[in-house]
Amino acid sequence: MKRVITVTVINQSGVLNRVTGLLMKRQFNIESITVGHTEQVGMSKMTFIVNVEDERKIEQLVKQLQKQIDVIKVDDITDKSIVMRELALVKVISPPHIRSEMNSIIEPFRATAIDIGKNVVTYQVTGNPEKIEAFIDLIKPYGIKELTRTGATAFVRETQKVHSPQLSILK
Amino acid sequence: MNTGGQAMQELTEMPAETEVQPKQLNDGSAVLIQALKDQGVEVIFGYPGGAVLPIYDALYKNPISHILARHEQGAIHAAEGYARVSGKPGVVIATSGPGATNLVTGITDAMMDSLPLVVFTGQVGQEVIGTDAFQEADIIGITQPITKHNYQVNDIKELPRIIKEAFHIASTGRRGPVLVDIPKNIAVELFDEEEHVDEEVNLPGYQPTTRPNFLQIQKAVQAISSAKKPLILAGAGILHAGAMEELKELVERHRIPITNTLLGLGSIHGEHELFLGMAGMHGTYTANMAITECDLLVNIGARFDDRLTGNLNLFAPNAKVVHIDIDPAEIGKNVPTEIPIVADAKEALKELLKQEIASPVTADWIAHLKEAHKEYPLWYVEDKEHLLPQQAIQIIHRVTGGDAIVTTDVGQHQMWAAQYYSLNNPDHWVTSGGLGTMGFGFPAAIGAQLAKPKERVVAIVGDAGFQMTAQELSLLQELRIPVKVVILNNEGLGMVRQWQETFYEERYSQSLIPVQPDFVKLAEAYDLKGYRINTLEEAESVFQEALLSDEPVLIDCRVKQLENVYPMVVPGTGLHEMIGVSGK
Ligand SMILES: Cc1ncc(C[n+]2csc(CCOP(=O)(O)OP(=O)(O)O)c2C)c(N)n1
Ligand SMILES: [Mg+2]
Repeated sequence: MKRVITVTVINQSGVLNRVTGLLMKRQFNIESITVGHTEQVGMSKMTFIVNVEDERKIEQLVKQLQKQIDVIKVDDITDKSIVMRELALVKVISPPHIRSEMNSIIEPFRATAIDIGKNVVTYQVTGNPEKIEAFIDLIKPYGIKELTRTGATAFVRETQKVHSPQLSILK
Repeated sequence: MNTGGQAMQELTEMPAETEVQPKQLNDGSAVLIQALKDQGVEVIFGYPGGAVLPIYDALYKNPISHILARHEQGAIHAAEGYARVSGKPGVVIATSGPGATNLVTGITDAMMDSLPLVVFTGQVGQEVIGTDAFQEADIIGITQPITKHNYQVNDIKELPRIIKEAFHIASTGRRGPVLVDIPKNIAVELFDEEEHVDEEVNLPGYQPTTRPNFLQIQKAVQAISSAKKPLILAGAGILHAGAMEELKELVERHRIPITNTLLGLGSIHGEHELFLGMAGMHGTYTANMAITECDLLVNIGARFDDRLTGNLNLFAPNAKVVHIDIDPAEIGKNVPTEIPIVADAKEALKELLKQEIASPVTADWIAHLKEAHKEYPLWYVEDKEHLLPQQAIQIIHRVTGGDAIVTTDVGQHQMWAAQYYSLNNPDHWVTSGGLGTMGFGFPAAIGAQLAKPKERVVAIVGDAGFQMTAQELSLLQELRIPVKVVILNNEGLGMVRQWQETFYEERYSQSLIPVQPDFVKLAEAYDLKGYRINTLEEAESVFQEALLSDEPVLIDCRVKQLENVYPMVVPGTGLHEMIGVSGK
């Protein structure tokens, strides 16, 4: 199962290495990682999407991360109501005569053309990872020349709709 | 124009000028050595080299006792031995590159067995880091997964804070090794004392929980009270926390039988009437059956290592599990736990003992276990031709009265020592459990002896493992500390051979050592007294003389080559499926 984990860390050199090294040592399968500064000076936040077999494994992961000296806070936000965003840049073969067709395809995704060449256009699209997947699937038949994705970053929403099942971590 | 008068005047004015205090400028190395003194460091284990020349120069000017091991691995195992028996962090210094990489085994060993170490490595100058400079190794990258934490000092201003944090992290919470990598230019850079503000340790991401949760304690006492077949499993956490008194009180007040992990040995007197012996792969039949049959297993400070549990699916099948551990990540890692208690073992036990509860009725359970113990004691078959390793350890035990500090290497002799050297005292057992590091036992004994100069320290080692760090005999020659080295010499890699006998149809691939040095002559080469034992009679007399002497000695004790360690839990099987439980 996929889990979304956020990790707040002190911005020390080597901290990213420690965290990813730990995931490797414990044989966790990372799907994506994003890292960046936060509103607090000297703090960064990482968002991981990991693939794990069971709850015990995810509990281990959270506890092992928590144990790192430079890690301030670890949250498994998978079961919470969250906003999740990823950005993708897609360079597509797009000769001038199909541009308007392309525009109608990308419109519902609110993608924007950010670089236009003679026969190629680069689109930027943001959204949750599923939306990005769907976008890529639609665009693929036209011929993708280059694709890059940032990985997902996420927030817990202000209001939680449903009571979400919490893991029995760190009680 | 300068006249003599003016010169005189200048001279007489000099004292007035010095009233303006000159800036106190020390270099990084001097700051380091002073910081070690401030931390109360009594002894450093180390080895110099290019990148740490400035540090060794500072040490020359402002001495702290320094033990020059003959290999960095020897230094760090000695520091581990020191840490294990003293409870204080062991301090190690090595140079960059090969000096640092030679420490890797010891650092990993300390990480696995939760020993507090603060390790300082030299590093090439900052201006060449990352250029594959001479003797550059990425020791931060290399030790990232094997340290509790590590630091590279990037700015001299950080040095005092980093040293403080390193000692704090190593010696609190779940203990462990911390490495501090110091680039050479930082070691010689001037440090401005005046601008320095001494900071308290402030680690927002490191706040070990030491006090137990009251509700969980409540649940634990209820579970104890209503158990019919309770069992305590005590690990090294008891020793790290110094919770031996509390443990004994819990055991005796409620009459709960107790077993130990390999590393927990000594947390209760080895001859306590409720002590079942060690559990696990080479544990006693009684201890392993108790784990299998108990209805409540109270694990205090052990991490349910696979050498203890055997097949996890068959482990403690009838038990409700209480697990007290300072490291939350250990709880539930291997064994599902009904009552988790994150706490220091001493704090948790104190809290448990405060609760007024009805003791469980355990008389039948204890009688049953005593019966099992009578039926299936540890056993061996005497051999007229050969001295048995088990007999040798029994004699060592008798001669030293069970009071020695015993260190071991890794292999069969280690298991026999665990089985037959029953300990009277805590912190008198030094062995490599988690990593199983051959070469550990002898240097660890040197560190233990330095920590406890008045105690009798006996290193029980194998003929093979001893040769991995035998160069440290130089330290006995130099320091004349009275470490007793006992080589249980079976002319081979006994433990490997035993597995080949059991699982590979006696194909002894590379496990019988074809030639050996003359260990007695080896001792003599280092100006040490060497003895050889071939028979039971010689064992009686030689151990009596050698172990009670005030000198360092080495004893080549020839034992039966093909003896096996029993009983044994075959990997993949359950504790109750032990083989070799009886010689009958
Ligand atoms: C550094 C290292 N290499 C290899 C091993 C694997 N190993 C475990 S026990 C053993 C044999 C040890 O022989 P010896 O020191 O003579 O002890 P004995 O088992 O004979 O008592 C070996 C090779 C190890 N534990 N550590
Ligand atoms: Mg041997």
